[in-house]
Amino acid sequence: MATTSMAGFEEIEHTADWSLRVWAPDLAGLLEQAARGMLNLSGIRLVEGKRQQRELTVESTDAEGLLVNFLGELLHILEQEGLAFDEYELTLAENAVRAKLHGAPVMARKEEIKGVTYHDLRIEQKSTGLEALIVFDV
Amino acid sequence: MVALSDVKQISEVEWEIPSAYRADMRVPVRIFATRHLLEAIAGDKSLEQAVNAATLPGLVGRVLVMPDMHQGYGFPIGGVAATEYPKGVISPGAIGYDINCGVRLLGSRIELDEATALLDELSAALDRHCPSGVGKSGQHHLSHKELEQVMREGAQWALKKGFATEADLNRTEEFGCIPGAEPGYVSQRARTRGLDQLGTLGAGNHFIEVDVVDEVFDEGAAQVMGLQEGRLTLMIHCGSRGFGHQICTDYVSSFQSAVRRFGIVLPDRELVCAPMDSAEGKAYMGAMRAAANFAFANRQLLAYHARQAFEESLAGRVKHWQLHQIYDIAHNMGKLETHSVDGRKVKVCVHRKGATRAFGPGAPGLPPEYKKIGQPVLVPGSMGTASWVLAGTEGSMQRSFGSSCHGAGRTMSRSKAKKVVRGQDLIRELAAKGIHVQAGSLPGLAEEAPQAYKDVDAVVETVDRAGIAHKVARLRPVVVVKG
Repeated sequence: MATTSMAGFEEIEHTADWSLRVWAPDLAGLLEQAARGMLNLSGIRLVEGKRQQRELTVESTDAEGLLVNFLGELLHILEQEGLAFDEYELTLAENAVRAKLHGAPVMARKEEIKGVTYHDLRIEQKSTGLEALIVFDV
Repeated sequence: MVALSDVKQISEVEWEIPSAYRADMRVPVRIFATRHLLEAIAGDKSLEQAVNAATLPGLVGRVLVMPDMHQGYGFPIGGVAATEYPKGVISPGAIGYDINCGVRLLGSRIELDEATALLDELSAALDRHCPSGVGKSGQHHLSHKELEQVMREGAQWALKKGFATEADLNRTEEFGCIPGAEPGYVSQRARTRGLDQLGTLGAGNHFIEVDVVDEVFDEGAAQVMGLQEGRLTLMIHCGSRGFGHQICTDYVSSFQSAVRRFGIVLPDRELVCAPMDSAEGKAYMGAMRAAANFAFANRQLLAYHARQAFEESLAGRVKHWQLHQIYDIAHNMGKLETHSVDGRKVKVCVHRKGATRAFGPGAPGLPPEYKKIGQPVLVPGSMGTASWVLAGTEGSMQRSFGSSCHGAGRTMSRSKAKKVVRGQDLIRELAAKGIHVQAGSLPGLAEEAPQAYKDVDAVVETVDRAGIAHKVARLRPVVVVKG
């Protein structure tokens, strides 16, 4: 659910898969809220005390592509290494986002998200900032 | 949103959205549904997604929608679209992330009565032998060289390794191997995901089920398939696991820029596509076939391990514990086939996403025994409800690009299902019906509760009445294994 009124996420009903509405004042914040929301949907709990850091750069020609590719990278790390992140330092560059991520090994995971889709994905400018609706393949 | 008033009734079980409905539609949308089923899908974005699908370049005939249709992403689940080869497009999103997700059915001579007391043991053995659940790896850890062989050879690889019989392969779509797989077009990331997932079920709506043949509707066809009332069958529902998902992800991503280069304008970015004769289209086709072969091998290995479970729990305790293959069929796939369109033979890529190939009698690619009766169409129901065995018809060849329905079709969201159903209560309800359940996750079980799905009997009745498949036998579950 939403964390603050300025930035947050909420699950939206979808017949077969999962959908998340995310919002934030800027694109870096939107990417962070999307990542937090995806973690929340998966019901992930992290091991306490075994903190790890990871840096990555994701590229795309547009903001929606950055969002999909960034979340896709997090899913890849989750599946291959069993790592998830709860602290995000994101810096936007031209057609790229550089991320410094802090997290820990996953202790429990309730649900599997298999992919991030482009379905109806549009990052829209609202009066309070940016908003997007993301559909995940589960 | 498409309103019901925009949909024209053609018959009791057929409806059409004309191509004049929206300026960017290239062909009409034909929906196979009763009024009741149509009203059930009108509440979500299914019809709008079908209209969006009708904008793909190179479409011929109509976009078709099966009665188990529901909202997906980009292309609706239960959708069929044929694009003319080679100039028409191929769209990864119109095939789905789980490339060659499909169903395998095995028959037996085991009478339910002689096995009833052993079903608990059998369900535990199936759960032990067939790994399921989120991110689970299996006992087959492939080398990169072996993975390349699986990509090229599919279930034929399993035959060489002793995990299959010739009879299994004869009764598998494409005989378990689609030619033209190109491992060179499969990313390193997809390969890494595939190395340890062969022979695993995964999570979500995938399952292994033991059923009993509840009622036979076509004695002749049932006899050819090896189905007899009162006997057990085994059904496996799964696909290409993370391997196929990664391939779809890779190409949906790379096609985002390809569509701009080709000047293709689409209403939804998840529908991105490329002409089949382009370098991009050929690359996806080669990679998709590699994933399809991976899935054929995956279901073959699961069948091998299911046989181990049957032997372990039933050998010496029932007269005949063995399982024989009835058929293995894909319901997420893009296939090059030749169909009649407006009186001419056309080579097309039939995109089926949540729709089953349903070739009728005499169609190419079927084993001799099924050439006479039509190909078995396997339709799993929701957990705890009936599943169906149908057969393809002349009607499916003429009117639906040789396609039919693939299941019950969701009607309730996963989050709502979890709110209204408790996993533990569901296990008790199913046990009261004599169904033994092995579930890796109680919330995951609740998401797949029968209440979240349409009535599979109504779906099957619709395709039977529409003449795009006909009823052979109804199956009733007695054991369910889920991740």
